[in-house]
Amino acid sequence: MPLDKSIVAPKTERELSEFVKATISRLRILGAGTRPISLPIYEAALSTSNLKGVTLYEPGALTIVARAGTPMSELNAVLEAENQHLSFEPMDHRQLLSTSGEPTIGGVVATNTSGSRRIQAGACRDSLIGVRFIDGAGNILKNGGRVMKNVTGYDLVKLMAGSYGTLGVISEVSFKVLPIPEVVGTLILNVSQVSTAVEIMSMALGSPYDISGAAFNPRSGEVFIRLEGTENSVKMRGSSLSKLLSEFDQQIIETDYDRNSIIWNTIRNVTSFSKKSGDVWRISVKPSDASFVVNALSPAEFVLDWGGGLVWALVNQQLDVRSRLGAIAGHATLIRAKSGVEKKFSTFHPEGPVIDLISKKLREKFDPRQLFNQGTFG
Amino acid sequence: MMEMPIPSSIILEKKSSLILKLQKILPKGSVIHDKYETKAYECDALTAYRCPPMCVVLPETTQQVSDVLKICYLENIPVVPRGSGTSLSGGALPTADCVVLGVSKLNKVLEIDYDNRFIKVQTGRTNLSVSVAIEDQGFFYAPDPSSQLACAIAGNIAMNSGGAHCLKYGVTTNNLLGVKLVLMDGTITEIGGSFLDAPSYDLLGLICGSEGQMGVVTEATLRILRKPESARPVLIGFDSNEVAGACVSDIIKAGILPVAIEFMDRPVIEATEAFSGAGYPDCEALLIIEVEGSEIEISEQISIVSSIARRHNPVELRESKSNEESAKIWLGRKSAFGAMGKINDYMCLDGTIPISSLPFVLKRIGEMSKEYGLAVGNVFHAGDGNMHPLILFDANKPGDLELCESFGADILRLCVEVGGCLTGEHGVGIEKRDLMLDQFSKEDLEVQMKVKDVFDPKWLLNPAKVFPLSVSELRRNQGI
Repeated sequence: MPLDKSIVAPKTERELSEFVKATISRLRILGAGTRPISLPIYEAALSTSNLKGVTLYEPGALTIVARAGTPMSELNAVLEAENQHLSFEPMDHRQLLSTSGEPTIGGVVATNTSGSRRIQAGACRDSLIGVRFIDGAGNILKNGGRVMKNVTGYDLVKLMAGSYGTLGVISEVSFKVLPIPEVVGTLILNVSQVSTAVEIMSMALGSPYDISGAAFNPRSGEVFIRLEGTENSVKMRGSSLSKLLSEFDQQIIETDYDRNSIIWNTIRNVTSFSKKSGDVWRISVKPSDASFVVNALSPAEFVLDWGGGLVWALVNQQLDVRSRLGAIAGHATLIRAKSGVEKKFSTFHPEGPVIDLISKKLREKFDPRQLFNQGTFG
Repeated sequence: MMEMPIPSSIILEKKSSLILKLQKILPKGSVIHDKYETKAYECDALTAYRCPPMCVVLPETTQQVSDVLKICYLENIPVVPRGSGTSLSGGALPTADCVVLGVSKLNKVLEIDYDNRFIKVQTGRTNLSVSVAIEDQGFFYAPDPSSQLACAIAGNIAMNSGGAHCLKYGVTTNNLLGVKLVLMDGTITEIGGSFLDAPSYDLLGLICGSEGQMGVVTEATLRILRKPESARPVLIGFDSNEVAGACVSDIIKAGILPVAIEFMDRPVIEATEAFSGAGYPDCEALLIIEVEGSEIEISEQISIVSSIARRHNPVELRESKSNEESAKIWLGRKSAFGAMGKINDYMCLDGTIPISSLPFVLKRIGEMSKEYGLAVGNVFHAGDGNMHPLILFDANKPGDLELCESFGADILRLCVEVGGCLTGEHGVGIEKRDLMLDQFSKEDLEVQMKVKDVFDPKWLLNPAKVFPLSVSELRRNQGI
């Protein structure tokens, strides 16, 4: 994407640090800007999109290090050449949010973006093993490193993941990566009720078959249960799983690679909400609460991922989702809304006063001049 | 020798009034202050360092934890939280002017939810007993530190503990869903819960591994998993460390992800053989590689592992065919620490290295071993590069401990030099505290200390750990 002239995009970490030191403007921090989930108040925009490139990759050690602005397409290609991948299969927000440009790995980290494999392989924050970032004073800081087992000092790696650029500008990230499974197979079942879908997914996830995805698309009335591994393993587990779920209406075990890509891209990227009017909410609850969420919101459309633990809901504009959900354990994020709605409901779920105070104080420590993404996280 | 701060005489003078205050809010028998009884709490598993605390409290509820902390907060008294005291880095080592807060009486299971795959426990519960509570339904809690029979979930969270199977299942932080946390001023709060990921900052990830310096965790919601149908190891012997290292790398590159890859070098093989009679081959390096799944899947994976291993000309390749054979293969590995302890006192290090540096690091450790005149054995989790060099020394020989510590520090510096870190799963504690500037810049440590400032502005929680004393001095002494 050609960068807008008003966006500053330093070419080195050092330049980035010097820019932050010198600036007095409030900054919008971004990678390629494909995930404008929370638009801050700012006078200038600072992008990491010119900090590009894989700096270290050791397939035999399952680790990769890349500069924050490295496009996902480039990173994925480097990994695929060695038959490896980021196991948390980050969502691509472009279709859902009608944005363009090449998503960057820094953006994935800043938003802790994960995908359907979250339930098996963890979130972005679980694969992330090191970060370098620039704090509000312009210091170049590091935490974690390039080895996957590391408890040396506090885990600021986790803190930076999902901090939406409010604590620092991420300049470099390291990941634990995993081999791409040889074969993927998806058991598809016909289901109309949410409660039945969740029951099926819980049975599958409670089985010993190492399920790597469990989702429900109510429009097609289909539950998808994903198995990955060697050809024999997927075959064996598929038939065991099919036996376990024999009381339900099963279609097939889809093993075609392209067909599987379509199924899981559609779920992960919530493409079915693309260009449809209404607000988009992302709700994280325990799976057995999914039915309650759907009943409480009566959304125009919804998709369940993570075995029911992640509810994507397309609702009427300005619907007060959080008050409908009441005191249920979990959180709801307003991912997409007509301009103005996010002012009525904060983008991120308010937490209790204790957590809010801790968060506020942390932010003051990392960014004392209040430069970064002001307005995000209240 | 690691230094500890000089105890504050102002605090020591408060001892008797403090004990009265604590006795007032805690059940009978929950305040231990007799000088013989406090001796049981004078150290953790880093036994070279000992210091009895002023007193020990063993609260039975979260509210009591909060009440204790509130009193200590108002009186400016340092508190050292303690799980089961199995830390290898001195994480639970007291100072003479502190109150040790043990969570051992908080040991209940609060909720088990198989449909949503979590268990909620009080954190004094031992690691293994969490898995035992759910095993009849075929579930388990994945992190499995070697001390799992004794170590508490509280300590696992404080140190972000790992285990032999974390190559596949991750460490504590990857399996922790929520905590009930008591801050130093007595505030009780919850972070996370039965759902995934945080709405804003990942404070759960921050608390995990904070070595008891941000708060006391009294309850934890843990992710549980269905047990795999079966698991089986294969044992492979090589005539050099380099070849064993190359074999590990090739297995990983081939796309196999075993649940465990354990590595032992000659000194450890010989010691365990003499100790346990596991029937290990006479060789330079041994790998134990465990795979999981159904019988057919296991056979398939083992045959791939074996075919890769054969390309490296192993001196022995033993595929387990039964549970008895599996147990025998694991027997030596599981008794490795005990076997080394039989030879002499030892110090167990915990640095992590990129696996590509394995041959170089093992060679250097061998050279340093000669220079220092202290024997060293290596047993570790090779899949993730987490080394456990065991340096043998004689605690009764004057100067030997110091020599051993200095050797250990050199090994850890070497780990950092090749791109690794000081500690992979044992924590910094006091043991690696003074080496932190070898891995981090002053600014890197400053931002970490600022995080502690937020949670514990008076620096009363486990204050003399993690950061070099000179670096944390101003913060620690502010209340005195």
